[in-house]
Amino acid sequence: MRVQKTISALPQLSVIKSDSLKAATLALLLGFSLIFAVGFSETDRLHDSAHDSRHALSFPCH
Amino acid sequence: MTARMTHVTRFHFPATKTHTKQTSVITRVLAAGFIAGIVAGLFVAALQHVTTTPLILTAEIYEVSGEAAQRGLSTLTQSALLHRTINTSLSTIALSMGYALILLAVMLLSEEKIDAYRATLWAACAFAATGLSAGLELAPQLPGSAETALHDRQIWWLTNAALTASGLYLVIKIDPIPIKIVGLALIVVPHFFAPYPATPESHVPAELAARFAAASLSVQALSWLLAGALAGAIFQLLNSQNNETRR
Repeated sequence: MRVQKTISALPQLSVIKSDSLKAATLALLLGFSLIFAVGFSETDRLHDSAHDSRHALSFPCH
Repeated sequence: MTARMTHVTRFHFPATKTHTKQTSVITRVLAAGFIAGIVAGLFVAALQHVTTTPLILTAEIYEVSGEAAQRGLSTLTQSALLHRTINTSLSTIALSMGYALILLAVMLLSEEKIDAYRATLWAACAFAATGLSAGLELAPQLPGSAETALHDRQIWWLTNAALTASGLYLVIKIDPIPIKIVGLALIVVPHFFAPYPATPESHVPAELAARFAAASLSVQALSWLLAGALAGAIFQLLNSQNNETRR
């Protein structure tokens, strides 16, 4: 029973790491999507809405 | 035949449950990113409202018509201005969220301890990559400024940001000297390929453009630093709460 507990505790570290990796990947995807939509998207609606922010925060615009 | 007693519902004992309030890393990262983005975004949007946006509105008068410019008139109504302010604020909040999430993600991937101080340092490097380095070639522009093709500028901006950020990482975080030299090369090389306007002619007065370039860089620096500091502080707070519930 004790051996089983020890063995089951071993992969905990890798579980924590894989959780961090999942979180980082999701955050990276979300973050880049937001920045792409606001800073780079060429659809008229997004461009017009984000126009002043693009200029103010040094994204290429027009 | 007797019935088995294994399906009896267990009683709930809150006093003995110590793991109830633990949150996953994903929840903590997303919560820190979103909250930091909203707070930093609102602050930066307010700052934009009194610094960069009035300059953009003035520049648009010059861009559209010389005659209107002489009279200093804007064609926008009050409701159009309000609509525009709301859109700009929402865009800035979304961008700040993006900054905060990317900073947290990259720090997690680098196995860096996340706190307000370290996240602010990472944010300063991100500003150096996306603001200072890009501004050296493509200065922040007002509407009506001299321009090259948008696609060329966007591709150069993104490439320069990615290479400068990678270069800074190698220079700061990796030890062997040859790797630091590669990092320096990554920072410098994009500047040889920057797109410049063939004829640098602008409708906007130089004083206005200069004020805008300075204001824009300051606002951008603040948006990165605030997003970073808040994201780091909130993530650290959520982490410490999580560790307390685990004990």
